[in-house]
Amino acid sequence: MNELQLLALLPFIVLAMASVIVILLIAFRLSHTVIQVVGFLMMCLVVFATWYVKDTLPKEIAPLFIVDGQAALFTGLIIFSVLVIGLFSYIYFEEREENPKEYYILLFLATLGAAILTISQHFISLFIGLELLSVSLYALIAYLRNRNNAVEAGMKYLILAAISSAFLLFGMALIYMETGSMKFAGIATVLGQAGASPLFLMGLGMIVVAIGFKLALVPFHLWAADVYQGSPSPVTAFIATISKIGTFAVLLRFSQIIHLQHYPLVIIIFSVISIASMIAGNILALRQQNLKRLLAYSSIAHFGYLLVAFLPGNEAGTEAAIFYLIAYAITLLTAFGVIILLSSRQREADNLNIYEGLIWKQPIIASILAIALFSLAGIPLTAGFLAKFFILSAGVQQAVWLPLIVLVLTSVIGLYYYLRIITTLFSSTVSTESMPKTIHPFFHISTYITLVIMAGLLCWLGVFPGIILSSIRTFLLLH
Amino acid sequence: MILIWMICILLSGGILCWLTAQRLPLLAKWIALLTVIADMLIACWLFRVYEAFPDNTSWFINYQANWIPSVGISFHVALDGFSHLLLLLTFFLGILSVLCSWKEVREKTGFYFFCLLWSLAGISGVFIAMDLFLFYFCWEIMLIPMFFLIVIWGDARRRYAAYKFFIFTQVGSLLMLLAILALYFIHGRQTGNYTFDYFGLLHTVTDGATAKWIMLGFLFAFAIKLPVVPFHNWLPDAHSEAPTAGSLLLAGLLLKTGAYGIIRFVLPFFPEASVSIAPWMIFLGVTGIIYGALLAFSQTDLKRLIAYTSVSHMGFVLVGIFSFSNIAMQGVVMQILTHGISTGALFVMAGMLKERLHTRDITQMGGLWTSMPALGGVAILFTMASAGLPALGNFIAEFFILLGAFAGNPVFSVIATLGLILSALYSLRMLQKVFMGQQTVTVPVKDISTREFIIMAALSISIVILGLFPQPVIDTVRHLSTIHPSIHE
Repeated sequence: MNELQLLALLPFIVLAMASVIVILLIAFRLSHTVIQVVGFLMMCLVVFATWYVKDTLPKEIAPLFIVDGQAALFTGLIIFSVLVIGLFSYIYFEEREENPKEYYILLFLATLGAAILTISQHFISLFIGLELLSVSLYALIAYLRNRNNAVEAGMKYLILAAISSAFLLFGMALIYMETGSMKFAGIATVLGQAGASPLFLMGLGMIVVAIGFKLALVPFHLWAADVYQGSPSPVTAFIATISKIGTFAVLLRFSQIIHLQHYPLVIIIFSVISIASMIAGNILALRQQNLKRLLAYSSIAHFGYLLVAFLPGNEAGTEAAIFYLIAYAITLLTAFGVIILLSSRQREADNLNIYEGLIWKQPIIASILAIALFSLAGIPLTAGFLAKFFILSAGVQQAVWLPLIVLVLTSVIGLYYYLRIITTLFSSTVSTESMPKTIHPFFHISTYITLVIMAGLLCWLGVFPGIILSSIRTFLLLH
Repeated sequence: MILIWMICILLSGGILCWLTAQRLPLLAKWIALLTVIADMLIACWLFRVYEAFPDNTSWFINYQANWIPSVGISFHVALDGFSHLLLLLTFFLGILSVLCSWKEVREKTGFYFFCLLWSLAGISGVFIAMDLFLFYFCWEIMLIPMFFLIVIWGDARRRYAAYKFFIFTQVGSLLMLLAILALYFIHGRQTGNYTFDYFGLLHTVTDGATAKWIMLGFLFAFAIKLPVVPFHNWLPDAHSEAPTAGSLLLAGLLLKTGAYGIIRFVLPFFPEASVSIAPWMIFLGVTGIIYGALLAFSQTDLKRLIAYTSVSHMGFVLVGIFSFSNIAMQGVVMQILTHGISTGALFVMAGMLKERLHTRDITQMGGLWTSMPALGGVAILFTMASAGLPALGNFIAEFFILLGAFAGNPVFSVIATLGLILSALYSLRMLQKVFMGQQTVTVPVKDISTREFIIMAALSISIVILGLFPQPVIDTVRHLSTIHPSIHE
């Protein structure tokens, strides 16, 4: 490994350092605030490092990693999300009076796992990244262990994630047996000569199970609602965004190198999964009264939409998928930010009753949530609309009509429950629940400002996506 | 550029209303009123531009700016005579909708006028957008404020009505989005120029089957909006539950966007496919005329009754559009304007009655003529207009449509004519139940106030003028006939 290769890995090294530094800070018994601020600065450093090494890309660190524009994009998105989640975590955990310090170690480790996924081009690095992510998540989900649903959620995730890892390993072993390589490019060359054997397809199927579990795609979605509900809200936001972005990034790279979309069977499998996710996710969300569960089902549906952009396997599809993930991450973080801001020590703000007539009581918070929901529903003036538009456009280009029609019809079903929350926000009966008092004015205000900025970002992206689109393109050219 | 200013005025006026209403609700109302009046004045001033333009059959204002150039989306707005008429109608009804909610809206005034103005902005955007993406964008923008108008200030079943309205229209518009994208890629592959521009896409060559599917995508959205009969289900609920101004905008403007879409997009883009589907559309139109009239006759809810008359009248529009004759097309444009005015007036009247009697049930009204002679007089005028009496605008419209349709489809035209008889039936029944007969209302009711008088006078004058001098309107839209499929004639 030479210096330049090391330089390309700089953001990831800084990210790994972050958790080490947090451990040291805890050893010196420094306060939550210090850890929070240092964590924030470290993440800023990662962003800076990514920007710094941008010009040296793409760089292959054989055999495990490849750092290219696409990886930088996904890593950037992941770091952006963890910045926001870290900020949200402060008021959330400080108010719950449990020891929140180790939380940050786990948070950064899980982020590192997701970031490794974005640069891996080898089964080993894929597995390391995925396990780093999963194992940290086991603890993160059950972090507030005294709360009702936390341990249940943690156990559920633990068992199912362990099974899915087993599937992943078995699938990798089968593919290795068939092709004699663990590197994606190596697999691709063998496949190019010999074609896909049944054993390879079986291995691929096993891997799809594991990936489907991580992305909460139907029929591997059973954990989603319980885990979303039981985890602390910042962790839910983490699962919904970072964990899924990382997994999707590795799926995308795998399929790009292997040319997965050339196999009709794969297309059929992914179409079926995508259609099932869109239908099941939207229908299950219809009657939910719990906002976090509702967002869980809606995110199942959203990853169904995302797969529609994945199906064509072309440039436009990749661009659409990345734009979609950006819009989706900002939207979901905004929604969870509102939940966190309204939660208090006694209760999680996940019951819809709390949101009744919120707009007349706290107009700004409620408008932010309404913007996020409009974005999820894909209504113009918000980023969600353009994201959906680009997906539709990628799909129409390759004429994958059936998933497209399903996408259109199910997103109409989806409208119903988003509108239901929005009407709740605007209803004339104002909820009598008192709003939590602010204990930490500085962090409270900065969370508030972040939310306003993100809502503004959603609207801005929804009207002027030009800059983001062109920068996605320039980054994607670095490969 | 002036067109963008018009929309910006509406948008910023809306925000200003929302901000000021907390302290000064009255100021918010005036801001809303002045905003729409300012736009109306600009639209009137555009007449001079139009007159000065040498060739009055084409686009006399055309403005294009980059928006998302990488995918061929531009901010392209343009105005021809037809769009100009619709803009005038939009601002005219906009002023009236602000006026008629002056007293009706007591709570959350700021947000109400915000929604009203943004909805108007979306509607005017639809009428001037010449980029299909921009068109779709505005098409959606006008829905959300309307949804809020219904769901916050509506009547008892407002949630149900609002969801139904939103979901019905959304199905159509997403299918239209697919159709737009398909057209975009077909055009892009043929010419290498990927664009959403109206004039660019106009000459896309599509083969028969593809054209038919894409056209159906467009038509579906417009048919739901118009509404064509099997898709009319949302209309009675939305119209009857919405506040008065909401009903006015729905009936007067939102339905017209459907007709506008068919005339502006479906016919020019897919001439052959439109001809092949024309018999079906005429059939559906005639069904709508008869079915809407019959249902209107059997309603007891005043606003539902008026809503079903819209279904019936929009049937005429559909018949007129798909009979592909110049005279019928002129009738269609007349119908768009006069229906907006006459039905709008009826809804305003229903709103005034509701404000006084707190009911929409016509069995609980009766004999109101004695206490409200002025409103009664206006009501007679507009029920007659709705029934298509000569000297009023609707007569010209429906007469032209039937005249134009007769040449191609005598049988259907004859059946459609029955609609005129039925319309007389339901109009007279409504008038009789509400204003004539035994006096059943015991509470003292006031006749119309000055503000209400102004609204009604403006509507009455315009409907009479349209009935007596329709020629200016017909002149401005004469060029529409040139985009008709020539094969048919």
